[in-house]
Amino acid sequence: MADAEEPMAVDGGHRNSGCDWDGRWNHVRKFLERPGPFTHPDFEPSTEALSGFRLIHVVDMDTIDVSNLNRQFLFRPKDVGRPKAEVAADFVNSRIPGCKVVPHFKKIQDFDESFYRQFHIIVCGLDSIIARRWMNGMLISLLSYEDGILDPSSIIPLIDGGTEGFKGNARVILPGMTACIDCTLELYPPQINFPMCTIASMPRLPEHCIEYARILQWPKEKPFGDTSVDGDNPEHIQWMFERAQERASEFNITGVTYRLTQGVVKRIIPAVASTNAVIAAACATEVFKIATSAYIPLNNYLVFNDVDGLYTYTFEAERKENCSACSLVPQDLQFPSSAKLQEVLEYLTENAALQMKSPAITTTLEGKNKTLYLQSVKSIEERTRPNLCKTLKELGLSDGQELAVADVTTPQTVLFKLNFTA
Amino acid sequence: MAATRTSKEQKYDRQLRLWGDHGQETLENAHVCLINATATGTEILKNLVLPGIGAFTVVDGHTVTGEDVGNNFFLCNNSIGKNRAQAATELLQELNSDVSGNFVEESPDKLLDNDPEFFHRFSIVIGVHLPESTCLRLGSVLWSASVPFLVCKTYGLIGYMRLVVREHTVIESHPDNALEDLRLDKPFGEFKNHIQSYDLDNMDKKDHSHTPWIIIVAKYLEKWLSEHNGQAPKNYKEKEAFRQFIREGILKNENGVPEDEENFEEAIKNVNTALNPTKIPSTVEDLFNSEQCNNITSQSTAFWVMLRAIKEFVHNEGNGSLPLRGTIPDMIADSQKFVNLQNVYRTKAMQDAKAVLKHVECLLKSVGKPPESISENDIKLFCKNASFLRVVRCRSLAEEYSVDSVNKDEITSCMDSPDSEMVFYLMLRAVDRFFQQHSRYPGIYNYQVEEDISKLKLCVNSLLQEYSLNINIKDDYIHEFCRYGAAEPHTVAAFLGGSAAQEAIKIISHQFVPFSNTFIYNAMSQTSATLNL
Repeated sequence: MADAEEPMAVDGGHRNSGCDWDGRWNHVRKFLERPGPFTHPDFEPSTEALSGFRLIHVVDMDTIDVSNLNRQFLFRPKDVGRPKAEVAADFVNSRIPGCKVVPHFKKIQDFDESFYRQFHIIVCGLDSIIARRWMNGMLISLLSYEDGILDPSSIIPLIDGGTEGFKGNARVILPGMTACIDCTLELYPPQINFPMCTIASMPRLPEHCIEYARILQWPKEKPFGDTSVDGDNPEHIQWMFERAQERASEFNITGVTYRLTQGVVKRIIPAVASTNAVIAAACATEVFKIATSAYIPLNNYLVFNDVDGLYTYTFEAERKENCSACSLVPQDLQFPSSAKLQEVLEYLTENAALQMKSPAITTTLEGKNKTLYLQSVKSIEERTRPNLCKTLKELGLSDGQELAVADVTTPQTVLFKLNFTA
Repeated sequence: MAATRTSKEQKYDRQLRLWGDHGQETLENAHVCLINATATGTEILKNLVLPGIGAFTVVDGHTVTGEDVGNNFFLCNNSIGKNRAQAATELLQELNSDVSGNFVEESPDKLLDNDPEFFHRFSIVIGVHLPESTCLRLGSVLWSASVPFLVCKTYGLIGYMRLVVREHTVIESHPDNALEDLRLDKPFGEFKNHIQSYDLDNMDKKDHSHTPWIIIVAKYLEKWLSEHNGQAPKNYKEKEAFRQFIREGILKNENGVPEDEENFEEAIKNVNTALNPTKIPSTVEDLFNSEQCNNITSQSTAFWVMLRAIKEFVHNEGNGSLPLRGTIPDMIADSQKFVNLQNVYRTKAMQDAKAVLKHVECLLKSVGKPPESISENDIKLFCKNASFLRVVRCRSLAEEYSVDSVNKDEITSCMDSPDSEMVFYLMLRAVDRFFQQHSRYPGIYNYQVEEDISKLKLCVNSLLQEYSLNINIKDDYIHEFCRYGAAEPHTVAAFLGGSAAQEAIKIISHQFVPFSNTFIYNAMSQTSATLNL
């Protein structure tokens, strides 16, 4: 499965029969022409929708790398270096007559509500949780409520798939109705980094030696000038490999290899064609079910593992009552008024249900918008850094005060309510 | 040298991290046969060509129809009228120039008539959408020749796979959650010597806080045993007491407040698993008791010779235990203490492997084979994986289908839940029967659906009767299977494509454990089951 996100649109009645041929839809029509004992209760059989998926937009910020070719079947060696979205679109457009794939060589965050609003279904094959949370947040922001009741026509289903080695999962999210990405954030264990003291003075594993080269030696020795580590540059990897070997032999540690070095530096996750095919197929099946209403969609989470035989587990992930993304409940922040802003920041990043990356905190004081702390802009970070050591009381915050928090994990700011415990 | 990595190493990097260079080599030496380039067939092959199998041969006598092009990514409308094996091979070949693609424009029945030994050359034969008679004929040929056979079918929203292999051995099963092999309940001599060098009561703070937890548990266990008549902590109460005993060993500052000693916390956390008795897994005991292990001949494969050697080791040098695995998990410790401890385990593991090697040489000699027939590296790998060895044996199709040996128990017990995936297996058998009688599948044409439902029901009943299966199949399933009209939706074919390809890779590489022996996927509910038929 390409690491691409594929928003899909189904173009219902507009049939371009010019590109069809006899029998083209035989394998599909049987599911759409006839009702059956297991079809969705709302299903109405017809031959109208027999046009396949006509219009698909693909968003992907990546270009093709040679290491993609073992599993990303739309790409060939000659395509290395080209944008994935464009090559994928070209291939599908030429192989599947009548299907139009529109490529976008962009980040998902480069688009706003006006873009995403046009789609009937969104399918994600993203390679990070941050990106998933962002897309999740975007679709939630499109929901409209009237008198507290959700308008179903504002719901855009999100089908999300992911894999790691021989494991994978596929899920169906109906924003505002079923469990969203943030509802189940604890299902994704946080990434483990080695402690600095281990890396700096007590290495035991070859990985520790590699991280030493990457985190400590590289910034110090600047082997290629002021450039930061580029995991895709073999010269960079080679340099770290050699430094790591030196350190390893100093401590009598065996096992440093080029492959391991690259794996640690790039945080490589092993991947094969088969697992990606399974999860992509499961996701596509759900798109088909939702688009045709022919069957009840997956409710709502499928786990797959074929290390030992083939194992699947299907369950209904539950919505979190106070989910920071999809519940309408403002998030509670409980702190004594003597707590420092630093503690609030740590809570936002370390709490398992929030796991923010670099939250920017603003509030309204005396009718004016005030930035309490923001990391991503250097000048503002420097100006607001002293606030971290001040107490909430000193900052002029009162009990019940609303704080607006922005972060890469969500396209919309999250509102928190301060609750002084003492 | 790392800087000159081959383009293949780069291309296959992400999968080499799963099955290693040696696993990749087995793939590149493999020749896979696919029978019938339907959507399911080509999807399976796609997931074998991409990772770089050596060669594939598509056997298909069919001509490409418009219907075929509609659900198959590896056919296009130019292919209509061409032989399907040829058309699919062209488009599959494009996926990977390292792979050699071949095709035979012939039906499998014809090949079975004229040249059944054609199939002997393959590492695995994958048969897709084979009618029952062809399947059984082919199954018999492959069973006699000991060629692994994977039967696959997508029927409506149901996916089906059946693995047929006499005996498949796995050394590197790569279990997800393996227990460590620390031997704390049966410390070996070199380990006992090593921990003598630690005097926890008289260490400086830095050393004390950076002593590996394995050594801490071992030292405290020694003390406990001397104070409890040689009885290790067994129940929860005793283990709690033991944990507390260790906790009391944490250094205190001048105010009597315990210091922050993470290594001691690790020791306490690991008490439960550390005290697990060292035991030979029942899977391995079963292998020790098998015929192949006890009767080593010149025909015995390396797997069985090495297993027998390990059995001999267990009864001699091993004192009832398998050769030591030799690895320890990472833990809070300074480099030197950790590496020294790691070396104690590694050295012992090497010694054990050497002893096993001697037994291997003895066994080889006794059946007239040269001692170098099995390499030292292979023996080391075998010893390292001794706890994880697996053997998969699947019954032949003949046994599955015969009235005398049908697995009635499995079928009836699954059908106690009438919606279990077993019902789909029975329905697939029933539609095969329908095909035999009517030379077509039920529900192909809209006007036939109603009529076909009653005809299919007759097939179901005759099937149940023939096998004396006293179970009931709900009418809903009979109706649904008519409705499918033998359609092969692409997304279901693709799910099976990924699943089957990985099972084939397991068979070829002998790494990871294949399923046994029947797998059913239900795309309606996104559930699956593995059945033993």
